[in-house]
Parts: sequence; structure tokens; C-alpha cells
Amino acid sequence: MRLTCPLCGDRDRREFYYYGAEDYLHRPAEGAPLAEWDNYLHLRDNPAGVLRDLWYHEAGCAQWLLVTRNTVTHEILGTELVAERKA
Amino acid sequence: MRYSGLKVITEGLFGNKGWTPAWRDPAPKAEYDVVIIGGGGHGLATAYYLAKNHGITNVAVLEKGYLGGGNVGRNTTIVRANYMIPGNTEFYSHSMKLWEGMEADLNYNVMHSQRGLINLFHSDGQRDYWVRRGNAMINQGDDAILLEREGVREHLPYLDFENTRFPIYGGLLHPRGGSARHDAVAWGYARGADKRGVDLIQNCEVTGIDIENGVVRGVQTTRGAIRAKKVGIIVAGRSSQVAAMAGMRLPIESHILQAFVTEGLKPVINHVVSFGMGHFYISQSDKGGLVFGGDLDFYASYAARGNLPMVEHVMEAGMTLMPMIGRAKVLRSWGGIMDMSPDGSPVIDKTHVEGLFLDCGWNYGGFKAVPASGWCMAHLMATGNHHEVAAKFRLDRFATGHLLDEEGTGSQHNLH
Ligand SMILES: Cc1cc2nc3c(=O)[nH]c(=O)nc-3n(C[C@H](O)[C@H](O)[C@H](O)COP(=O)(O)OP(=O)(O)OC[C@H]3O[C@@H](n4cnc5c(N)ncnc54)[C@H](O)[C@@H]3O)c2cc1C
Ligand SMILES: [Zn+2]
Repeated sequence: MRLTCPLCGDRDRREFYYYGAEDYLHRPAEGAPLAEWDNYLHLRDNPAGVLRDLWYHEAGCAQWLLVTRNTVTHEILGTELVAERKA
Repeated sequence: MRYSGLKVITEGLFGNKGWTPAWRDPAPKAEYDVVIIGGGGHGLATAYYLAKNHGITNVAVLEKGYLGGGNVGRNTTIVRANYMIPGNTEFYSHSMKLWEGMEADLNYNVMHSQRGLINLFHSDGQRDYWVRRGNAMINQGDDAILLEREGVREHLPYLDFENTRFPIYGGLLHPRGGSARHDAVAWGYARGADKRGVDLIQNCEVTGIDIENGVVRGVQTTRGAIRAKKVGIIVAGRSSQVAAMAGMRLPIESHILQAFVTEGLKPVINHVVSFGMGHFYISQSDKGGLVFGGDLDFYASYAARGNLPMVEHVMEAGMTLMPMIGRAKVLRSWGGIMDMSPDGSPVIDKTHVEGLFLDCGWNYGGFKAVPASGWCMAHLMATGNHHEVAAKFRLDRFATGHLLDEEGTGSQHNLH
């Protein structure tokens, strides 16, 4: 599998560190109820299909990427920088 | 039909014409007392113990493919009871005892072989860790023997002891650890459950769960609707999809784990050897193939095949540890979908729906758990109470912070 980094271009999967689903972008406010923290840290939609998840370009530009891909076919549908994400 | 050595010999003499199918192929009935979703090791063992321990025999196991086609037939078959933290240690200890009586109980040869498992360590800090873990195992009543470097050499003379990056300091020997034939475990439980009246229904995918006023009523399947008083979700890597049919969002992320087997060789590796620093472990099957594997591919995936970087990594780690395997040819590699939980430990629990139960989150270590998971899930479904050795496998432990993080790696699904 290869990922296209918006800054570095088409790169080998080994250059990236995997974190998990995009839920990690929605950190609850301090003092939020426990259920929100549970949701953020543990609970996942875990789709067999299209997923948006977080990859760190560790051996490249050191940017976090938001990758849209298919978890069944391993097809990459799009990549964007977390720092410049639309939604 | 009861199996025995005599039966094998007489059948061999008369052309093997007397064998009968090991289980029936029934059509689904309209209603059951219990429906188990998933005909893997855990689902089949649950059905078996519902019948055997609790006398509940009006049970169906619904499997979307064929029995044993999931992870139970794809794993590398390591069976061990070497966990450390309370919650896990008593559970896997119980499981090991069930393994030791399994063949006699099921009247089935699962080729369970307690050849000993050796976990290597490579520094003083790791040595301390394995001493502590060995003590926890001994406190639980299981066995552990600390081997210094020379002790490891006696057992595993073929390792590269001089490795510069990870010199071998010693290992923890778990003599009762070993392996078993994975398919046979599924078949043995299937046959035992069928004999006690359980209907094993293959090619039957569950597509919906019927719930009325918070109570489970049955399931929708590709072979029609089936009513049930109780339903158990036991579908390993597919847990999130099936639980979503009941409106649940689980603490699970599905990942791929790969494994490899070489051509058959004469006996060279007598133990199970685990090289944690290289994320590599290996054993030799009774057919002679070297069976080995490594870590997850690390990103969420439902493709039952892996990616090349992990193949390369596993081969490199194997060559680093035991250069002698370099001449062996790899025959096959494959992948299975793992239900990774955020603390690396499983769930055996009720759900918010009355009569609906959940058994999932086995990560890459659920083969050794098959008997105890079946035992405890059956206990929970039959009595409504958690079995004492699985009492900590609660679904709400994530919300309350009572995590069972054996490896202490934190709440990230792929790190366990
Ligand atoms: C490569 C690899 C190596 C491993 N090595 C080890 C090891 O050495 N030791 C160890 O202890 N563990 C190991 N494991 C883990 C172990 O195999 C799993 O944790 C365990 O088998 C999972 O439980 P199961 O047997 O019930 O799963 P499965 O056999 O996967 O059973 C789940 C079943 O549910 C069915 N299903 C799914 N959705 C539906 C539906 N909607 N309707 C009907 N049926 C459905 C599936 O078809 C499947 O047959 C390994 C796993 C892999 C992949
Ligand atoms: Zn980059």
C-alpha cells in the first residue's frame, strides 16, 4: 500500500505511523462527561468499507494526514493534511 | 460414532468405508432457546458447554461461511497460560486446564502438544519483567522456569546468541505451553455440540437482530427469520458490524494479522519460541511445516490478506534469531481479521438489550481462550451471572476506567 502525502507525493506505507480513526481529532473538552471520553478513546464505528483515519508522515515531512480509504479493498480515496482539513 | 484407536485400525483394514459425517446439516427451525451468531472456536465452544454444562440443547449456531473458516482455522495455534494481571491470569489458567482435558472430553484428537514455550529476553530490564511475570504465573498455580543464557542454549542451540542488537540473556520457559491443531478444535467442539442436539447451520449470515421494547426476539438471516429467547454475538473480527445491528458502537478496531508456513521439514524446532523484540514467534507443526508470524499490519483493515512490509519484517526477524531457517521455502501466507480492543483484553458480557450477549475483543490471542471463553459465555447466557474467572471482562470497563491493559501500552487499539 502507498499513500500520497499532499507535501511529499506518492510514498511507501513504511514511511507512515498509524494512529487510528479520525475520532482522535474530536477530543472532548476538559471536564467533559466520562461517556464522551469513552467515545473518544475507545469506541469506534470500525466500518468494513470507507474509513477516515490518521497517519503521521514520520519518515517524511512530519505532518499528520487524514486519509480516506477502503478497509476492505485497501484502496486510497484521498489524503489531506490534518492542519488544513476542510471538515 | 465414538472414535478410538481400534476404530482407526479396523476402518483402515476395511477401506475406510464405515465413517459417517461428524455432524448433521440441519435446516434452521423457526425458533430456538439460544441462537449463537458465529461458528468459530468461541461460538462452537459456547454451544457445546451450553448443552454439556447447562443442559440447554435447543440451540443453533449460525455461521455465514463454513465452520472453522474464520480465525479459528487461520491462527498459529499457540496455547499458553502466561498472563500476569488479575482478570486475565485466572481466566487463561482455567482455559489451560480445559485444554488438558479437551481430547478426552470431546473424544477428538486435537493434537494438543505441551512442548513448552520459551519467551526470550535481551536485557536486564527485560529479565526483571519476565521474572515478575513468571512469579505471577506461579502464584496463579501455573508453571514457569527462568532460564539463563546457557539454559536457553540447552533447549535452543540453533539460535544466534551473539546477535549484536538483541543478545540473548535468557528466557522464561512455560512447560505447559504449546500448540494444537486449530481445525480439529473447531471440529471437535462442533461434533460434540451436534451430538448433544445443537443445530449447526452453515451458509447462514445474520443480517439483523430483532429487538422489541429492549428485549431480543430473534435474528434475520439469509436463510430467513429465526426467533430466539437469547442471542450471543460471537463473531471475532466482525463484532462491530453485528453489534451495530443492535445499535451498539463497540470499543473494537479490526486489524489484519498475518501468518506463514514453510514446506514440511524434519523436526528441528521442538518448542514454541517467542522473540518479542523482533515481533516474531515460531513453532513446527506435526506435519513438519514451520509456522510463524509477527505483529499486526498496524492499520485498520478487513482484507483477509496482508501487506508486504510486514512479510519482510517477519522474515528478517526470523533470520536474525535463527539463521538456519533461511533455506526453508515459504509455502503459504495468509491473514485473519482481529477484533482489537483498546486494552488488549476481551469482553464476555451482557448488553443493554435483554437476552443479547457479547463475546469479543480477543485480539490475536483468542485461540488459547476457546475453551474458557465458551465455558464462561455459556455460564453467563445460562445463569445470567458472570463466571468468576471472567468476571472482569466487562463491556463497561472502558467507560469506568477499569482497563485490563496486560502490556501497559495505553488505549490505542493497534498497540496490544
Ligand atoms: C494469523 C493469526 C494468528 C493467530 N495466532 C494465535 C495464536 O497463536 N494463539 C492464540 O491464542 N490466538 C491466535 N490468533 C487469534 C485467534 O485465532 C482468534 O482470537 C480467535 O480464533 C477468534 O475467535 P473465533 O475462533 O470465534 O473466531 P472466528 O473463527 O473468526 O469465528 C467468527 C465467525 O463468525 C462468523 N460471522 C461473522 N459475521 C457473521 C454474521 N453476520 N452471521 C453469521 N456468522 C458470522 C465468521 O464467518 C466466523 O466464522 C491468531 C489469529 C490470526 C489471524
Ligand atoms: Zn509528507
